[in-house]
Amino acid sequence: MASIKHKNTKRIEGLDKNVWVAFTSVAADPSIVNLGQGYPDIPPPSYVKEGLAQAAMVDRLNQYTRGFGHPTLVKALSKVYGKVYDRQLDPFKEILVTVGGYGSLFSTMQALVEEGDEVIIIEPFFDCYVPMVKMAGGKPVLIPLRLKGSSGTASSVSSADWVLDQEELASKFNSKTKAIIINTPNNPIGKVSRSELQAIADLCIKHDTLCISDEVYEWLVYKGHEHVKIATLPGMWDRTITIGSAGKTFSVTGWKLGWSIGPEHLIKHLQTVMQNSLYTCPTPLQEAVGQGLLRDFELMGKPDCYFTSLALELEGKRDRMAAMLRQTGMTPVVPEGGYFMIADVTALNQDLSHMGDDEPYDYKFVKWMIKEKKLASIPVTAFVGEDSVKQFEKYIRLCFIKQESTLDAAEAILKSWNKD
Amino acid sequence: MIFSLIMQGNMSRKLHARRIEGIDKNIWVEFSQLAADYKAVNLGQGFPDFSPPHFIQEAFCKALNGGFSKHQYTRAFGHPNLVKILAKFFSRIVGREIDPMEDILVSVGAYQALFCTFQALIDEGDEVIIVEPFFDCYQPMVMMAGGTTCLLDLRLKEGCGPVLSSADWVLSPEELASKFSPRTKAIVINTPNNPLGKVYQQEELHMIADLCIKHDVICISDEVYEWLTYDGTKHVKIASLPGMWERTVTIGSAGKTFSATGWKVGWAMGPGHILKHLKTVHQNSVYHCATAAQEAVAVGSQREYDVFGTEGSYFQQLPKHLHEKRLRLADCLKSVGLKPVLPQGGYFMIADISNLNVDLADPSTKDEPYDYRFVKWLIKEKGLATIPVSAFFSPEHKDEFQKYIRFCFVKNGMFCSYF
Repeated sequence: MASIKHKNTKRIEGLDKNVWVAFTSVAADPSIVNLGQGYPDIPPPSYVKEGLAQAAMVDRLNQYTRGFGHPTLVKALSKVYGKVYDRQLDPFKEILVTVGGYGSLFSTMQALVEEGDEVIIIEPFFDCYVPMVKMAGGKPVLIPLRLKGSSGTASSVSSADWVLDQEELASKFNSKTKAIIINTPNNPIGKVSRSELQAIADLCIKHDTLCISDEVYEWLVYKGHEHVKIATLPGMWDRTITIGSAGKTFSVTGWKLGWSIGPEHLIKHLQTVMQNSLYTCPTPLQEAVGQGLLRDFELMGKPDCYFTSLALELEGKRDRMAAMLRQTGMTPVVPEGGYFMIADVTALNQDLSHMGDDEPYDYKFVKWMIKEKKLASIPVTAFVGEDSVKQFEKYIRLCFIKQESTLDAAEAILKSWNKD
Repeated sequence: MIFSLIMQGNMSRKLHARRIEGIDKNIWVEFSQLAADYKAVNLGQGFPDFSPPHFIQEAFCKALNGGFSKHQYTRAFGHPNLVKILAKFFSRIVGREIDPMEDILVSVGAYQALFCTFQALIDEGDEVIIVEPFFDCYQPMVMMAGGTTCLLDLRLKEGCGPVLSSADWVLSPEELASKFSPRTKAIVINTPNNPLGKVYQQEELHMIADLCIKHDVICISDEVYEWLTYDGTKHVKIASLPGMWERTVTIGSAGKTFSATGWKVGWAMGPGHILKHLKTVHQNSVYHCATAAQEAVAVGSQREYDVFGTEGSYFQQLPKHLHEKRLRLADCLKSVGLKPVLPQGGYFMIADISNLNVDLADPSTKDEPYDYRFVKWLIKEKGLATIPVSAFFSPEHKDEFQKYIRFCFVKNGMFCSYF
């Protein structure tokens, strides 16, 4: 029998459940077309892989590097983002390399959030934000995006149709509000925030609040839309941590490298967490990402820059997926950015009452779809709090950064949907 | 109004969380920077200056050319190929069936395994016994988890000969027993030890085990140097002692095992009911570790499993290679008046500097412990980087241990020419 002393600590109480652990094992069955978890099944660019092979040949690059980020990488980041931000970025004081965007989020929460702090989170949110705020002792304060405007079935809904109610947002801020987390382009909806950013910035300044801006999909923005960094708005640099990801930038999610960029007086606290949690990230991977960034820096703005070419490739896949879903009778929400699409399954009228009462509709639908249609997706209520379940339980999330053969297989399933 | 807010610069509210108070200083950041600034020969930080063995470099190359899946997310708690071979490997050593999915967590180096362990098991008010000298991160990690450290010193035993060995540093049974209280949650041991190189013997481990069982305490056993023991010294896993598997978290490192510290692949191993809490921390902090390196370590571990105990095993060859280097370094140090302590295991050797009479007239280091000042002088004046051993003692005890510096001998370079 386990000793009472072997119980978990208070900080992780209730944080053991995780939607991915549940759904990824199910979808690992190779007969299932997996549009669930967000990773590419397309190969990464060859120069990035080659960069890693070359780095691994150098003795010194198989040993520890600088804790807060390998010099080649932080210098490359300061170059690329210096251009994007149009400001001089100190590679050693204003940048921290972490284990994926995830690691940056964790370092930020642990460094800056504690008991008594409230953190505003916009629904739907990448699911780790709430547990991370809780683990840091903070209180998540949720506010949903809402579908604006017209009633009746619109066959074409865009992520831009999901908006924040300004008054509602303002009401969430108070003297205890330590930070607001924004994610643009957003996972799962794909919303690219622009006009909202000024309103958020104004509230952050008014209430002296931090902004944690998760921008891991920053390069994946489609025609007609532009990614704006909230840190570039007046008054925001000093209070914003911006998070990026090599995994999403170079289609190498399995490399688990990300970064936080911000003012020294904030980054130094994230660095303290880093040096007391995992100390340093893998060297050869950092070298390869640094080299990849330098290569694409030279091509920035040109069509063969990977940041541009990947977005172009994905836009085609996005449109293809939206069409497939519409054909089946689902209503896709066409994303302005990112590589996910959510779809409203209401019109399919799928009766799932035989599956019991204890789960939201989308969880049941996703499980049913895996079993009956051999197609995997993710329930969108995994990304919202309890109070917003009713608003989102008719939506499922699909990932479209998949090779054409995967999309062909999905299309075949969707085309024959009503034939059973 | 906007103009004045821009001028404000820093925000007015307090920013950082209390949990990181007092743990911002870090010896590595300070000393690696200094070594780099003076272009010193680095016998300080513990990493090899030679390449990982050929078979593991090959495994890495194969992994990164092994199809798209090697560059995408793998299983969060550990790449299946890796946890399976680790379970097989250590089952044979520990003498019990280890479940690859339940009993093992792969982490970003042993460092992150330690972090997950403390965050998962140490609450405010919990006491953690730490044996000094200790790898410097243990104390700040306990503090960050809200725990209290309870320190216990290794002491030079009575009647040592002129040539010191790490075996001469021992725990006092009475003192050890006195550190256990109803608030004691865990004890941290590190064997082979960094910086001393002590390898705990069966009797010492039994003594610790008895107290852990008596007081229902968890044992956190940092065994990253487990394959590096010299002079026939045997590494013993405390988790293999009776009554200990169910209360021990054993920490290992691919970086130290395969001379690839920059890969940052490590693991925690223990009973499922404790490991599940480490997994909760892991899934809420980094979630996954890099895939390709895990695949390479899996292949390398399988190879070592197959040749275990034979001459071809890297776990035989590396300690043999380092055995000689260790002796050569000891001789060099003696030749300049330092008194080395010959380590039974690990990467490091400490040496007593009290016989040297050096004029450390550097005003910038005036208020620091003697060994810190000596190390800085050595970097600046002699171009040689080492680490002051008082860095491995708590602030409370630093003053008592100012006369040793630590050298890393896992180097192919001709370090003797510096003496």
